Amino acid sequence: MTDQTTDVPVRLSFRQRLNVPVVTAFGCIVLLLVVGSIYSPNFLSPEYLLQQLKVGAFLGIIATGMMVVILLGQIDLSVPWTVTLGAMMASAATAYGPMGEVAAIPFGILCGLLIGLLNGVAVAYLRIPSMIITLAVNAVAQGLMVAYSGGFSPQDSASPAMKFIGAQSTLGVPHAVVVWIIVGGLAVFLLTRTTFGRAIYGIGNKESAAYLSGVPTQRVVVAAFALCGALAAFGGVLLAGYAGKAAQSMGDAYLLPAIAAVVLGGTSILGGRGSYLGTIAGVILITLLQSILSVMQIAEFGRQIIYGVIIVAMLLLYGRDQKLR
Amino acid sequence: MSEWRFWFNSQRGTLLALAIFILTFAIYLANHPAIVNNGLTVQGVGNVVQTAANKGILLALIAIAQTFVVLTAGIDLSVGMIFVLCNVVASFVVVNNLGAAWGFDLGPVFGPAVGIVLVLLVGIACGAVNGAIVIFGRLQPIVATIATSAVFFGIALWMRPQPGATPEFAKALGKVMLSKVNGVIPASMVFLLIVVVLLWIPYRRSVLGRATYAVGSSEAAAYMSGMPIRSAKFLAYVWSGLFSGLGGLYITFVTSSGQADQAAAGTYTLNSIAAVVLGGVSLFGGRGSAVGAVFGALAFLTIKDLMFVLNVDPLWQPLLQGVILLIAVSIGSARLFQVRNRLELFG
Amino acid sequence: MDATNPLFRMEGISKRYGGVRALERAELTVHAGRVHAILGENGAGKSTLIKIMAGVVAPDEGRMLLDGREVTFPDPAAANAAGIVCVFQELSLIPELSVADNIIVSHPPTRLGMIDRRAQRGLAEEALARAGGGDIHPSTLIKDLSLSRRQIVEIAKALARKPRVLILDEATSALSASDVESVFGVIRRLRDDGVAHLYISHRMHEIAELADTCTVFRNGRNVATYEARTKTDEQVVELMIGREYHNVFPPKPPRPEGKKPMLEVKNLTWSPRLNGVSLDVSAGEIVGLGGLDGQGQRELLLALFGVLRGASGDILVDGQPVSINSPREAKADRIGMALIPEDRKTEGLMLPMAVRDNLSFAAMSLFSRGGIIDRSAERRAIDEVIKLLAIKTDGIAVPAGSLSGGNQQKVVIAKWLMRKPRIILLNDPTRGIDVGTKQELYQLLRKLADAGAAIILYSTDYDELIGCCDKVLVMYDGAVKRMLAGTEITEKALIASALNIDADLKGAGAMRPAAQ
Repeated sequence: MTDQTTDVPVRLSFRQRLNVPVVTAFGCIVLLLVVGSIYSPNFLSPEYLLQQLKVGAFLGIIATGMMVVILLGQIDLSVPWTVTLGAMMASAATAYGPMGEVAAIPFGILCGLLIGLLNGVAVAYLRIPSMIITLAVNAVAQGLMVAYSGGFSPQDSASPAMKFIGAQSTLGVPHAVVVWIIVGGLAVFLLTRTTFGRAIYGIGNKESAAYLSGVPTQRVVVAAFALCGALAAFGGVLLAGYAGKAAQSMGDAYLLPAIAAVVLGGTSILGGRGSYLGTIAGVILITLLQSILSVMQIAEFGRQIIYGVIIVAMLLLYGRDQKLR
Repeated sequence: MSEWRFWFNSQRGTLLALAIFILTFAIYLANHPAIVNNGLTVQGVGNVVQTAANKGILLALIAIAQTFVVLTAGIDLSVGMIFVLCNVVASFVVVNNLGAAWGFDLGPVFGPAVGIVLVLLVGIACGAVNGAIVIFGRLQPIVATIATSAVFFGIALWMRPQPGATPEFAKALGKVMLSKVNGVIPASMVFLLIVVVLLWIPYRRSVLGRATYAVGSSEAAAYMSGMPIRSAKFLAYVWSGLFSGLGGLYITFVTSSGQADQAAAGTYTLNSIAAVVLGGVSLFGGRGSAVGAVFGALAFLTIKDLMFVLNVDPLWQPLLQGVILLIAVSIGSARLFQVRNRLELFG
Repeated sequence: MDATNPLFRMEGISKRYGGVRALERAELTVHAGRVHAILGENGAGKSTLIKIMAGVVAPDEGRMLLDGREVTFPDPAAANAAGIVCVFQELSLIPELSVADNIIVSHPPTRLGMIDRRAQRGLAEEALARAGGGDIHPSTLIKDLSLSRRQIVEIAKALARKPRVLILDEATSALSASDVESVFGVIRRLRDDGVAHLYISHRMHEIAELADTCTVFRNGRNVATYEARTKTDEQVVELMIGREYHNVFPPKPPRPEGKKPMLEVKNLTWSPRLNGVSLDVSAGEIVGLGGLDGQGQRELLLALFGVLRGASGDILVDGQPVSINSPREAKADRIGMALIPEDRKTEGLMLPMAVRDNLSFAAMSLFSRGGIIDRSAERRAIDEVIKLLAIKTDGIAVPAGSLSGGNQQKVVIAKWLMRKPRIILLNDPTRGIDVGTKQELYQLLRKLADAGAAIILYSTDYDELIGCCDKVLVMYDGAVKRMLAGTEITEKALIASALNIDADLKGAGAMRPAAQ
């Protein structure tokens, strides 16, 4: 006699639900710019804004992969060392002469893809909670890189191609921004116009319903994690190009901001809901916040606290679970 | 004898962790240079055990902290950061002249005692913040604790931008806590035993403690049964904070200083999850015990030290550790091969 | 009995779930020392009524009176404290805790702030003995017990709470005849002690044996209350079904003879739930699955759809043997199968997603090439199917969860019709939806059959089986016990074969479920 299961009450209309977080996030961006411009008029100069976009591009690419995984209702905590691994492996390939230089970028991405595959198989087929298995895989990736590099930052430097896309600009437009635009465009296409994208949203909402609809849910999950790993590694490749070479634990600073950017952009941490526009807003918001906090010479501790508080506060505004009854 | 069967059934995970620990520690002892060179003397074994115990108690306390939250089917990614924050706080307040700056010097006995209480209160407060956000704010534990750990880290960094300690730090007390009782038994193990007997067992047998298990096992059923699920969950986070605080206190005894160490926090958080899994605590909630988590922690550290005495190249040790962790968290998935209705996979 | 002073009263209780009304100004009066039976078909509102009484669900309007004083129950604990205790169907036991922990779950005896395990065990043993479960060891974990033993523990748990009103919601459904007997003994003793009972069961003979008063619910309202054994079974069924049920079913075409079956199943086994099921379905035929709830009907549909691992037996489509290992293989064009699952909220739909995305979700391959969706083709297909099923929505961009239950179910069916399936499996598709939509669905099913589909319909509603199906397979204990065709399909025959007894036993009161 379970003839009535409790309905999920629909409090907000769909339109509101879709847009509230995105509008809020963009509103906060405008607010930050206004506050910043009061502090210093430089905040509204094109040079400064482009510079912010460039810094944001690295985070944006990493957050793109994270978003795909979060849309599934999963999470990838192996991002920090996947980023580092991508950077180190691409730099390592560069050391192998001209062929290596050509292969550097694809090789770095491939290594990240393999890490993602490992995550995906464990989550989809072994059904290990993603936050656990990705933590473990992060440790494995770290172990691999420590064993490879001897515990020090490797001496290999980034290939010219990596430097070209990571550090250089054309007519004042940083190439990293162009790369992010391309990656973002592909992500929007993938999420909204392909069966893969639909499957991701479906699985994130109700995996059993997606499975009974004949979607190969396990393969989709594996592919999503692989994509996340590849994008994290690609972010690392760009960062290595930006800095000239890879460094130990260069990815550590990207885990929390990537999750925060996705979640602040309105993507539900439980999966199934969120738009890429929101993630863009989240990335820009976080980047600007970081920049303004450092321009205002707020110390690292203050930045950490403001970070944490803002994330909790914004989530309490629109990211809460349904009540039990 | 059927009573034994039920007891064995309910303690299987704990007993397995104990067995793994005994086995690995025996191998460790047998290969330890001090034993290999000087033979199996009480003195030699005592020293090895003491060293291991003083290291082990830190992870054991954090693992207990993680156990409380994992039992509710949640996860606390801020245990390491609460540990670090309490370490920093302890390096300020566990001093022989607490209150001297305000004109009421509590002296070398009451000073450290009050200081310890303050440290534990900080741990409890951190846990309460997590609990409030998760239960009353209805945020997912994973995001909530990631965010709060940033805040905890910020506070720790604000208090101690550079590693260090107050000159008046109660070093004497620290020495006692790391000594050997009767010259044989490590004081840290005695402390751990006291903590388990005085805090864990009463909790386990209280109404709220049982509700914690019930919430993790089946929240809907616990609700239907009229159990105090919100209080039980909140209490689990508070206890988690308290035990992380105890860990932070103990590391201060070991190092006699405080450090806002982000990397250490991450490592302890990660290792606490590994220890809990090794200790037979189900990540899906409702099954396991703090005792199991303690053995899990000790076994995990022993495996790590085993690599050292077996002369594994230090560069390969992190990788081996990661692989062991990977295997440990994969063990639980064996049950999947018994699932015959594929719909149950998505439960 | 003191009829002027009821122990518990519910007045004008209404509850809506989304767009569906579950209860509409329902009334109920419960007296101490009586067993009050609640009757009604699925979706009549019985479960919701009980959940409101037990504090699981809050009513939208209406009030409840205990001893003449108004009460509200914000949670189940409050209802328990007031003496209202419900025996749920295994829902409220905590798998990882021991039997004793579960029975004495809310207010255990304590010593020094800790649970006194010895005292608790004594109480648990006593309650178990009273509930007829003296053989259950109090230290066993619930997850290690069989379903029927769990049900006994559930009853013991309720007894240990010293109830004033005891609600038994299908509490005997998993029990053997001898267990049922001992539970009845307990209920009679409690009744003599002045405890009020609400008894919900689909087994008419149990109600005839036990009840003092009966109330019939239909469409969320109480339609009649009468002294037990003052009405015949026919009259009761009449009350449960109501007038509006007549002629809602489209006429059945004459049964085609000698047609080759489209789907053949031979000796399908998935022990212990399926024990050698064989059946065949032809194009244009609607085959019903009947029987008591939980006799393997759901598992049969899931096994056909490739969900169950390790199912053995042969499945033939158009005479060709096929192997189906996932819904993905089942829906492939070569087989063309569709399953309307049991629970539309968790298995049929992604509630927060737009109606549009739900509709096209299973049929994506029809309007995509290389994984890229042709959005205008998708739109055309969606418009077509919405028109076909007359789905009422504020637009296809609203979330599926905002539709009424009936329209949600239409979306589930529509999403599969987009694939134009040849074999359609339906798992209790009319559960909890309104009569009007039901009628539309019956007509749709007949239309699909006429267009050449082979349909298997599992329903817990006998009228549906009688009204819709060309033949009915009655299942018992994981196997087909009887096939009824054409005019053989009557309520009496369905009930008799559902209980696995011979149909010539007259009168429901004489019916007994075979010992299991």
